[in-house]
This record gives sequence, structure tokens and C-alpha cells, in this order.
Amino acid sequence: MHSIRVISKLDIKGPNVVKGLCFDGYRVLGVPEKFAEMYYKDGADELFFQDVVASLYQRNNLLEIVKRTAENTFIPLTVAGGIRSIEDVREILRAGADKVAINTAAIENPNLLREASKIFGSQCIVSSIEAKRLDNGKYEAWVDYGRQPTGVDVLNWAKRVVDLGVGEIFLSSVDKDGTGEGFDLDLIYLVASSVPVPVIACSGAGKKDDFVQAVKTGLADAVSAASMFHYKYAEPVDTLNMSYNEKELRMGEQIDSGNIEFIRDGYGDSSEIFVNPASIGEVKELMRDEEIFVRV
Amino acid sequence: MSKKDIVIVDYGLGNLFSIQRAIERVGGKSLISYNPEQIRSAEKLILPGVGAFEDGMRGLYEKGLVSTICEFANSGKPVLGICLGMQLLLSFSEEHGLHRGLDLIKGKVVRFKEPIPGGEQYKVPQIGWNSIVLPETLHQWKISGEAGRINCWENSILKDLGNKPFMYFLHSYIVSVDNSEQCLAITRYGLDEYCSVLRRDNIVGCQFHPELSGESGLAILRNFVL
Repeated sequence: MHSIRVISKLDIKGPNVVKGLCFDGYRVLGVPEKFAEMYYKDGADELFFQDVVASLYQRNNLLEIVKRTAENTFIPLTVAGGIRSIEDVREILRAGADKVAINTAAIENPNLLREASKIFGSQCIVSSIEAKRLDNGKYEAWVDYGRQPTGVDVLNWAKRVVDLGVGEIFLSSVDKDGTGEGFDLDLIYLVASSVPVPVIACSGAGKKDDFVQAVKTGLADAVSAASMFHYKYAEPVDTLNMSYNEKELRMGEQIDSGNIEFIRDGYGDSSEIFVNPASIGEVKELMRDEEIFVRV
Repeated sequence: MSKKDIVIVDYGLGNLFSIQRAIERVGGKSLISYNPEQIRSAEKLILPGVGAFEDGMRGLYEKGLVSTICEFANSGKPVLGICLGMQLLLSFSEEHGLHRGLDLIKGKVVRFKEPIPGGEQYKVPQIGWNSIVLPETLHQWKISGEAGRINCWENSILKDLGNKPFMYFLHSYIVSVDNSEQCLAITRYGLDEYCSVLRRDNIVGCQFHPELSGESGLAILRNFVL
């Protein structure tokens, strides 16, 4: 009997938690450390930070966020985005992350995974794979956070990274990300049933039942979501019984310029959200009802 | 150099800072060190670690810490081994060959059984949350009638944790303790039921990571600190 992990994913741009708008930049949702703390308190099993810009200039911001998060949350934290070298790995682990996830740099230089696993241990090194469905039903690996195709077959790559020594695979879908249409269950099953390491499913969660499907049909070992949780926790302050709806969750001191219309105008029009928001607790409750073993 | 209550042994493996942060969170003071003098003068010792058994023992030998740690343990002062740190306390490990451990706890370290085709499928390493429970053996030992059943965790590092608490595990190898009385908690994963918390007098080991196990994990560290 093993428990399925529910992981909250935070896309981070500069000092903010953001959510991508299709082809239209990023919407600022609030302060990463605050969101992380709320998720920790509501039973998230792990946290996953994705640096969506991943440029060298923003690295200090990210390290600060990691450090502050690690000081207040005592669950595993994985950091992804722009990790290109052993030094990057060392720096991020030192700042407080427990694991790092590597995509682009690993496809360019697979040996980085082997070396990192040897130096830091397999348990610290996650292979992040972004998959786009091809017409023939196979999947192609993409890099640079869903921006560049590589011509690499996802299944072959997944098997290869296991040989290189990674401890887990974080699997996202370029097609489904941000759509709320549900996971690409074929993709999850393809990888999860083929590799001996745990697979974390990401991309597309739109309703609670999607988590159940990812596990029962896709055979995911862990399930991750962003929008579904963020939009629940970042709901307008006039909703009853939500003690975590404080202004500081959304604004704080660190919000820089960026698309803050959404938070300033009280979460805009609900048609702009493609998911049915739910709390971590609500998702786990449904999973338990469906006889999926989760930590309570 | 003022004496710190707890020394976290730095032998090259493990994310020491997360343990230090967690200790601080529960009101303890800790120093990360590989200096034998500092280790010797500590009130309590934490032996952390992630990675392979062989690398762990090599790290300890290279830093000249094997006898220091054994002497500390034999002095009666509290020792907490975490994950690989717990495994190193045992007599030997079968990971990548046969390797001798600190032999402070009689027993061995073995790999999880592999899933059987057609049976329950699971992944190795175990990465994730699982519950720790009181072993039946201990239960029976303490039973004096239904009304007299004692909570065996009461005077241990597992005090006040509640029933079947969840902890965060990340490992491919498990511990098999020769003396079942030294097994304070067990956990079930795949085809194995293994010792997840061991104890012999002042020496305690946790196979999981208390510093990554949320409030339950912090409760364990608080018990260690107090």
C-alpha cells in the first residue's frame, strides 16, 4: 500500500506566483511564500516551484523565495526552471530545496543528470519532462518550459533518465497545461507503466475527479496542480469562512509590475478561469472516497 | 565557541540545513559539525544522511568519526539517526555488496522486495508518505488485560503523535533489527513490513525524514530536543 502524493505547483516569475495566460503573458496571483505556507497547512504533500522565466538575472529572487519557504514549511520542496549545472543544483539545494527538477539542460547534456545523481544522490534529482502529443500517438519532448520541440521521443527519454540515475519523473503535457481540460491520461499511463521510478502527473487538472483519473487510469504515483489550488486559495476576500483570504496573501510587499489586474480587480471575471477551484483538503477527500490511499 | 545542545554530524551527505531549520523551529539549538571535539561535547547527536550506505560509511571513516560516534552512543547521551543515518547504526548492509556499519544496533540493511508480476505494483524507492504503527510484538509484551494496555510510545520519541501518524519516506533499503524489542514502529510498503523507528536505550533511528514530515515530524524532533 503506498500513498499517492498531492503536490501543489507554483509557477514563479520574479517575486510572484503567476499563472500563464494562453499566448498573453502571465497573470500575477500573489506572494509565493504565503501560498506555500497555506498549502503546507492545508495538507499538501510536497511543493513544486517552477521558475518560468529562468534567466540568470532572476536567480536571486528565486533563491530568496526558496529560503523563505523552507523556513516555514516542513514538507519536501522541489525547484525547477533554468537549472543548468552542478553549481546551480548545489546553490538551490543549499537555499533550502530538497530536490531539483531538470529538463532543458538535461536534454542538451544528459550526462548532467548522471553527474548530479552521483554527487547529490538520486533522491534529489528529478527529471522534468514536457510532452507534446504527435499525430502517430507518440509524444515528443519539449524544452524551455513549453517553448521548444526537440525531436526526442518521450518514452525513450523517460527510460534513459532512469538509467542516468534520477529518482523520479515530473511529467507535464504541453497540450494540456493551463487548459483545465483534464490530464493526458494516455501520456501518464505510457510513462508510469514503463518506468520503475515514481511518476508525478502534471498539466490539465480542472476538477477534483481528474486527480482520481490520473491515479486509477494513468497510474500516476503523485498528482500535481496549479490553477485549481491557486484560484481556490486566492478567492476574493468577501467569501465566507475562508480565514486564509488575507490581503497579504495576494499583494504583500514584493509584487512588482506585471499583470496585476486580476488581483487588483478582485479576481476578474470567472470566465477567465478554466478550472473548478478546489482546496487540497477537498481533493484528498474525494480521492479517499474513491479508495485511493492518501495522507490525512 | 559556546557549546550547542545538539550537533548534527556533517560527513558529507544529507541536507543538513533542513534538519537544522526544523530543530530551530521546535526550540532547539544545533551546530553542524564534523569536528570530533565538538561532537564529543554535544548533549545530543543527530546522524543525518541520504544516499548510499557505502558512501555514508566512507564519509564517516574519512572524517575520522566512527569511534567518536560510537563512544558518544555508548556514553548514554541521546543519538538520533535519520534515514541513511539510521541505517548506518546497524551491523551491516547489503546495498551494493556487503558493507559493515557502526554495529550499534544488531541487524542488517536490505533492499525492498521487488514487486511480483501480476501482484500489487509499486515503485522502488518508496517516495512519499506512509504511516508508522506500533508493532504487534511490543503490544503483546505490554498487555496486561484490555484495560491495562499501555501506550508503548509514551516514554519515547514518538510521544503524543496520535494513532498511525504519516511520515515522509524516501528510500530503497530497509532495516531488519535482530531484537524485535528494539523496533518501536513499523511501516508497510509493497511486500515488506519493516522497522521504521528503532530504539535501543539512548539511541533512536527514524527511516523517514522527520524534518520533511510536516507537523508530525516536528513533533518527533520536539520530543528529541526536550
